[in-house]
Amino acid sequence: MNASYDVIVVGAGPAGLAAASVTARAGLSTLLLDENPGVGGQIYRGITSTPVSNRAILGEDYWVGTALAADAKTSGAEIVNGATVWSLDPERLVGVSIAGQARLIQAKRVIVATGSQERPFPIPGWTLPGVMTGGAAQTALKAYGMVPDGHTVLAGSGPLLWLLAAQLLRARVKLDAILDTTPRLNWVRALVGLPDFLLSPYFGKGLKLLREVRGKVPIFHAAHIEAVGTDRLTEVVFDGRRLPADLLLLHQGVVPNVNLAMAAGVAHEWNERQLCFQPVLDADFGSSVPGIAVAGDGAGIGGATAAAERGRIAGFAAVRALRPEASVPDTQALRQKLQREEMGRAFLDWLYRPAESFRRPTGDTVACRCEEVTAEQVRVTARMGCEGPNQMKAFLRCGMGPCQGRLCGLTVTELIAAEREVSPAEVGYYRLRPPVKPITLGELASLPIAEAERKAVER
Amino acid sequence: MRTADVVVIGGGIHGCSTALHLALRGLKPILVEKDYAGRHASGVNAGGVRQLARDLAEIPLSISSMDLWEKIEDLVGDDCGFTNNGTVLVAENDEELASFRARVDDLRMRGYTHEELIGRDELKRLVPAVSDHCPGGVVSRRDGAADPFRTTQAFRKRAIERGAEVIEGVTVTGLARVGDVWRVETSAGPIEAPKVVNAAGAWADRIAAMLGEPVPLTVVAPMLMVTSRLPAFIDPVVILRGRKLSFKQLDNGTVVIGGGHLAVPYRDRNETVIDWTKLAISARTVWELFPAMRIATIVRAWAGIEAYMPDGIPVVGPSATSEGVYHQFGFSTHGFQLGPGTGAMMAELVATGATNVPIDGLGIERFGTLKPG
Repeated sequence: MNASYDVIVVGAGPAGLAAASVTARAGLSTLLLDENPGVGGQIYRGITSTPVSNRAILGEDYWVGTALAADAKTSGAEIVNGATVWSLDPERLVGVSIAGQARLIQAKRVIVATGSQERPFPIPGWTLPGVMTGGAAQTALKAYGMVPDGHTVLAGSGPLLWLLAAQLLRARVKLDAILDTTPRLNWVRALVGLPDFLLSPYFGKGLKLLREVRGKVPIFHAAHIEAVGTDRLTEVVFDGRRLPADLLLLHQGVVPNVNLAMAAGVAHEWNERQLCFQPVLDADFGSSVPGIAVAGDGAGIGGATAAAERGRIAGFAAVRALRPEASVPDTQALRQKLQREEMGRAFLDWLYRPAESFRRPTGDTVACRCEEVTAEQVRVTARMGCEGPNQMKAFLRCGMGPCQGRLCGLTVTELIAAEREVSPAEVGYYRLRPPVKPITLGELASLPIAEAERKAVER
Repeated sequence: MRTADVVVIGGGIHGCSTALHLALRGLKPILVEKDYAGRHASGVNAGGVRQLARDLAEIPLSISSMDLWEKIEDLVGDDCGFTNNGTVLVAENDEELASFRARVDDLRMRGYTHEELIGRDELKRLVPAVSDHCPGGVVSRRDGAADPFRTTQAFRKRAIERGAEVIEGVTVTGLARVGDVWRVETSAGPIEAPKVVNAAGAWADRIAAMLGEPVPLTVVAPMLMVTSRLPAFIDPVVILRGRKLSFKQLDNGTVVIGGGHLAVPYRDRNETVIDWTKLAISARTVWELFPAMRIATIVRAWAGIEAYMPDGIPVVGPSATSEGVYHQFGFSTHGFQLGPGTGAMMAELVATGATNVPIDGLGIERFGTLKPG
């Protein structure tokens, strides 16, 4: 690895693979960093190594990743897996740890393709062993071919919930129930987006998934869910009913993984439709910080196909900036395709907009898992006049644990907004501090010694 | 027209403390803060409450401040997370220890007894985890640490309860003498008051410039980092002289590592950029001093924006050009402990024109008459 590159791409999901492929093929020195053992990101996790050989289980949409990975591999980009990026600053200096060794690498352009993460799903009992996120179950399936055993209940909403259900069923997992938390009134608002949705590829795929799952699993509508157990989950209680359960998988959609971009100083805004913060970007996915672009789901949730297209557009922008003489294909067709996909998305966003009761918990339900802060503590502190999440840190330490607010950031913002009766846009988000992923003191100490310090020691 | 007895500019611990002490004297202060109280260095510093290793000119203020820290809950209605397990200055070799001895002897001659020389055994007793190569050090046993944001907020809250008005998100844009009073122009309209206190921290030079009184202030942002929770292993705050380090474990088990390596500050954007090559130096220093820390996990690094003066000591006292204006800034990365006492002293100075706590050597006139501009 070198001390500097033309382009550093962070994250080897669809956006990162596509972006790195574009810049490397244009002759720019390109470094693609990803913390997982292989490329693919979340959506194509294990794409080059999964033990799940029956292609039907993960579905044809998953195997699209093979071509993307192969394309990146032959592009000339230097791809480093097991590389945890823990810092990005506005001067595009990237802090990364590989096998316990930290280093700083300079880039002329950085494309942040850190993707999405699951939206927090704070229900009573969600910290009990036996309660996991749907994404975690999907990771286990893709990477290791592992599937749940025992009484399994899926709960939540969104397209990925149904995809996970279908994948698990295909892998012969018995699902005891699916608790659909989609608020019934969401249909009213979603209808406006229906015509665009019908024209988008999402429509056919979604219908197929729903048909595949219905009839095989009892589906209940749920407006309130509680995970119950003393040492571990034994029961799921919902709307007055009880189900014995060994495993409860929770999923209510994904939101941009904002930590790295925010720590770099990239401006973000509240997306009221998707109920999350997303970076403010130009048409080439360039951010408010010169030289830093954000592509893929990190730029706002758009799905895997859109992510790759966004990655390409961001890649071409880097080529235009660093190598003006290079011939860059017209991205107009790419942009139109992307636009159609994003239009189809509106219906899904409105339909699967999670209910307030699952985003803004009450009472003893834990909001911040790292520091064990309850929803009521956050609400009371907000009522006492604490106006934002950064002040809240000082009072409750919420968001100050190792996850850097990934599991409580949106919840805390929404709780403060509820108590202050203002928009989350006004409340804002945690100011994120590097390292965005924890590093050991030993790793940090392993950073190569700067010239000035070496001189000081010699003297 | 809004009027007050005193306009305090800046809602750090100093501005909030001064506002509280003015209110306690029955005056009506209005505090104007451009962001929110404790947004910068006052809210995110290392939290050290330290008399140890201070400049001679600061010692009277530091001691008067310590008296207030020890009854902080009576003063502000919150214990501010204050603990007093002492500060230990660790000597890394015999030469350092010898220079510490000379300093402690000098202080004794001047009548100050808060710094106490300790040998290897007492150092090991106070800081069992310290590396064996350290021959001794200096302890100040009344010292300790507090939670900086909580402290600043507690001063703000109590100031309001005692009659101060605190206006946040409002910027001072101009200062002018109008008859007997100062007219403070702000983004929320003018305020008139006979007295003004400039406690604007890293932005205080801009206020001074409005008075035709430029000061050689440097904007700095000392970096800190914190680990995940570790089993309790150290009570006092530990600092070094030769290398930059301050080190302390909080009640919740996390360890805060600082010491004065600087981030790049952007005061107009309220931003700082961490310099990892310098934090790596801190990491190596900790590694050598506390070998057990190697596997500790760093979860966050940050820096607060503040003012540094060329001589490393604050500007405290009346303006040299403008009657009725007082300065309280430039605490040069060690102002947190001084907050309670300096606020009390400043309120006395503003209210009575004199103070019982000596502040000789801290006045703005020491920078001579710099040409405006």
